[in-house]
Amino acid sequence: MFCRLVTVVACLSVVAPAMAGVLDDDRADIMYHRYDGGGVTIDGPSLLVRKKFAEKYAVSASYYIDMVSSASIDVVTTASPYKEERKEYGLGFEYLRDKITYNLGFSNSKESDYEANTARASISQDMFGDLTTVSLSFARGWDKVFRRGDDLFSDQVDRRVYGIDLSQIATRALILGFSLETVTEEGFLNNPYRSVRYLDPEAASGYAYEPERYPQTRTGTALAMRARYFLPYRAALQGEYRYYTDDWDIRAHTAELSYTQPWGEKWTFDAHYRFHTQDGADFYNDLFPRQNYQNFLARDKELATMSSHTVGVGASYEFTMPWLKFLRKSTVNLKYDLIMFKYDDFRDLRVTSLEPGTEPLYSFDANVIQLFFSGWF
Amino acid sequence: MKRLCSGLLVVLMLPTAGCGQLEPWVKPYEREHLADPIMDWDRNPVSSSYVRHVYESREGARGGMGGAGGGCGCN
Repeated sequence: MFCRLVTVVACLSVVAPAMAGVLDDDRADIMYHRYDGGGVTIDGPSLLVRKKFAEKYAVSASYYIDMVSSASIDVVTTASPYKEERKEYGLGFEYLRDKITYNLGFSNSKESDYEANTARASISQDMFGDLTTVSLSFARGWDKVFRRGDDLFSDQVDRRVYGIDLSQIATRALILGFSLETVTEEGFLNNPYRSVRYLDPEAASGYAYEPERYPQTRTGTALAMRARYFLPYRAALQGEYRYYTDDWDIRAHTAELSYTQPWGEKWTFDAHYRFHTQDGADFYNDLFPRQNYQNFLARDKELATMSSHTVGVGASYEFTMPWLKFLRKSTVNLKYDLIMFKYDDFRDLRVTSLEPGTEPLYSFDANVIQLFFSGWF
Repeated sequence: MKRLCSGLLVVLMLPTAGCGQLEPWVKPYEREHLADPIMDWDRNPVSSSYVRHVYESREGARGGMGGAGGGCGCN
């Protein structure tokens, strides 16, 4: 069970801020990615290729692999470390007619205990002298959930994503963006391997475990706004804010500030800082008073009250390869992010000598590395 | 939430009230800076989609920050 959120993310792809009127250039990207933090290492390749025809049509294909080696705090306290692999394929089609761009896409993701299929469609239109681009989008996902070691278990998730995006040129140097996005899901929404803990005087540790139980539905809405400004000495500054709320009572604020600085003709450097904070789900608890304390039970740290800080830097070098005449331009890129996660009501159960509920709060740092090559042809 | 949606819809529809007379206040020949690649919302889609999935599999919020496919690692 690598994660159902894979498909949520895939569904959301349809509502990327878009600029209609002109199709993007032909391009291929190949990336190696690595995430290392909290006892989890995930790495693998990613490939994205897009090609347009007659300036009206474009097709794209993507391939992505996650190779997971997990000994996270959830795994070491309630299960055994494991390794897993997830593969995702994606196809996209674009059609540009006058100032309207139509998009269709499909993706499939498979791992040993989860399969997800997602179809998506969107339409973007330039208007008002091409100062404004409005995009409407819809995606539908169908997931199948399984459980390793339990051939009798099988369930499903049905998902719909609705989005509106607006990109607005404000001045000669400023562009604004607004997004409204709603995700609604129905089905088996919890992780079949995770447990909650409750006080049990008869247990040696003072607590015992029972399986998580989530509601069968979830609807969440995100509202985001962003601004990107061209600085007079040729650099770009971007600010972004998102508010998120859902019917599990999670409320989140996310803000990000990023800066892009070209250096000479070949180099481009990036730096950014991101902050995220959220209130936990109303059925989340680190330690329930007793077994079956309430209808819905969660101790999934993603649903806890938590915050994260990210600092990241990146460098890109542009070059040409005369012996590869079909490539107009190429870049090699290296990015590094340090993410610091801190939980306000998720305790570190690797500490066993303390009274239940008094263990130290959990936190961890993650290192994220991306190395990728991009070629325009 | 309904109020929020209704409000946004009104804002989106406002420009259409007089679209026949609307003159672009930033002319096409004045968009040199905006056309610079460093002004792209998403310069590297393969990277931004990956980063997005890193966050969305470890935080309770999702959506609204642009979008793209990706993997996960929430265990």
